[in-house]
Amino acid sequence: MQNIKIVAAGDSSLLIEFGSEINEEINRKITTIVQLMKDQQIEGVVDMIPAFCSLLINYDPRIISFEKMQKRMQALVKMDLKGGVQRRRVFEIPVCYGGQYGPDMETITAHSGLTEKEVIEIHSSRDYLIYMLGFLPGFCYLGGLDERIHTPRLANPRVKISAGSVGIGGSQTGIYPMDSPGGWQLMGMTPVRTYDPGRKKPILVEAGDYIRFIPIEEEEYLRIRELVERDEYQCIIHEGEM
Amino acid sequence: MGIRILKGGMLTTVQDLGRTGYQSQGFGVSGVMDVRSFRIANLLLDNPENEAVLEFTLIGPTLEFTATSIIAITGGDFQPTINGEPAPMYTAIYMKKGDILKFGSARTGTRGYVAFSGYLGIPVVMGSRCTNLKSRLGGFKGRKLEAGDYINFRIKRPYLPFFLSRTLDLDEFDQEEALLRVVMGPQEDHFSRQGIKTFLNSEYVVTSDFDRMGCRLDGPFIAPKETSDIISDGIAFGSIQVPSHGKPIILLADRQTTGGYAKIATVASVDIPKLVQRKTDHRIRFQAISVAEAQKLYMDEVKELDRMRKKIHQPCKEVLECRLAAKRLTRLFTT
Repeated sequence: MQNIKIVAAGDSSLLIEFGSEINEEINRKITTIVQLMKDQQIEGVVDMIPAFCSLLINYDPRIISFEKMQKRMQALVKMDLKGGVQRRRVFEIPVCYGGQYGPDMETITAHSGLTEKEVIEIHSSRDYLIYMLGFLPGFCYLGGLDERIHTPRLANPRVKISAGSVGIGGSQTGIYPMDSPGGWQLMGMTPVRTYDPGRKKPILVEAGDYIRFIPIEEEEYLRIRELVERDEYQCIIHEGEM
Repeated sequence: MGIRILKGGMLTTVQDLGRTGYQSQGFGVSGVMDVRSFRIANLLLDNPENEAVLEFTLIGPTLEFTATSIIAITGGDFQPTINGEPAPMYTAIYMKKGDILKFGSARTGTRGYVAFSGYLGIPVVMGSRCTNLKSRLGGFKGRKLEAGDYINFRIKRPYLPFFLSRTLDLDEFDQEEALLRVVMGPQEDHFSRQGIKTFLNSEYVVTSDFDRMGCRLDGPFIAPKETSDIISDGIAFGSIQVPSHGKPIILLADRQTTGGYAKIATVASVDIPKLVQRKTDHRIRFQAISVAEAQKLYMDEVKELDRMRKKIHQPCKEVLECRLAAKRLTRLFTT
C-alpha cells in the first residue's frame, strides 16, 4: 500500500486514492481512516465519502487550505500504517427467500443450475463486507458474492422495486433501501428497514460493517414486519474485534 | 402567518447550503445551485448564512404574503412584481399582509432566489432544510412547491436597521458564454494529452440535459487514454466527468454521492454560479488554474461579501434626498 495519492478535487475537496483495486484490505484501511478522522474532528472537514478504494473529503477552504489539509492527511495515512484495533460489526438481516418474495428465484436457479435450497444456502452462508454506501440513501455495495450464484441483471429493468427487496445484480448482491427502479434479480425480501427517514438513525449500517443474511419462513417474516411497523424490532448485531 | 403558493412555477424548492455529513450513507447534498446569489439574498436581510430560501428555475412562482416580512430577491431576472408593480432586486423589500409577489419567466439567468426575514417554517431534517427531490426528503414534504402549499414564518422580524441602505449592485446574468476556471483532476491522468488539450482549448455548448443534478455539454470529443471507467469514487460539487462518449458532464447540487466515470477536472467554486445560470446553447470554455488560485478566488469572494455586508450597514446617503427616500418609505406606511 505504498502508492497512496492525495490529490485535489477542486478547491473544497480532496481525494485520497489507495490504489485501483477492490479488496478488503484496502477498504478496511479506509474505514480505519474515516474512524480516525471522526475521532480527531479536524476543523474545517464538512463531509466524507468513503468508496471502494478511495476517500473523498469535503472541507471548507475558509477554515483550512488544501496544502494544510493535504499535510494533515499525509500524517494521518502514515499514522494508520502502524495499525490498531479494528471493530467488526455484523448485522443480521432476516430474509424470506423465493415465492412471492423473490420473483426471480427461478431465473437464479436456472442460471446457476442449482436448487433453490442450494442458492439460499450459498447466499446466506457468508458475511458480506459493506465496501461503501451510495446510489440511494443506505444502498450498500457488498463484496464477496459466491461466483456460483452470479446472475446477469434483468434485460428490462423494473420500474419499481419495493424497499426491502434482496437481489443479485451480476457479481453483486444487496438490499433495496427504498422503493426504486432497478434491474437486479430479486430473490427475497427482508422485513427490516435498512433505511427509515423517521428513525433517529435513518441508516442502520456504515461502510466497513458486515451483513449476514438469515433465511426465515413467511410466518417469521410477517412477525418481524409487525414488530418493525410498531418500531419494536431490534436488529441483531454481533460486535467484536477483527 | 407566512406565504401561500398561488403558482408553483416550473421547479420551486426550499434550499440552503445542503445536507452535509450524510454522504457516506448515500444521501446527496442537494442545496442551492447558485451559492453566490443565495448568500447575497440572506446577507441583505442579516439572515444566518445558511438560512433556507426558495430557489426557482426558468419560470418563477407566485406568492401571497399572509404576514408582513422583509424579503430580498437575487439571481436571474424573473421580472418580479409586487401587486403588479415592478419589484427591485438585490434590495430589501417590505412586504405587507395580502401582497402578491409574482415572478415571470427568466429574462436573464435560469435560477432565482428569494429570502425572507421571517425565516421559512420548514423542519430541519438531518441538519438541513433543503429539499432532496430524489430521496423525497427535507424541504416542503420532500417535493417542489405547488399551488395551495402554505409555509409559515418561524419568527416575526418586520424591522431591520439601515433599511434604506439595504440595496446592492445587481449581478449580471445576461452573458451567453462563460469561462469556467477549473482545477485539473482528480483523474486527468485517465485522458490522453490530446484529450486534455481538446478540453482546455475547445468551446462547448450547454445542452437541454441540464437540471439540478448536472449539466451535459456538447462539443469536441475528449479522448481517454484507454477507458474513462474507474472504480466508483466520491463526487464533488462541480466535478466534470467525461464518460466514454467523450462529452463533459458537470455534476451539480443534486449529484449522486459516487460515480464510476473519470473526472478530468473540477470547476472552481466561485465559477459554478456562472454555469448554473446559463441556458441551452450558451457557450462554455475551460481554463486550468491551480488549487491555490482557486482557493484565493474563493477567499476573494468571501471578502467581497464582507464588503457588501458593511455597505448595507451604513446610514443611507439617500435619506438626505427626500423624494427617493419617500418613495421607498411609502411601502412601509401605506395600507
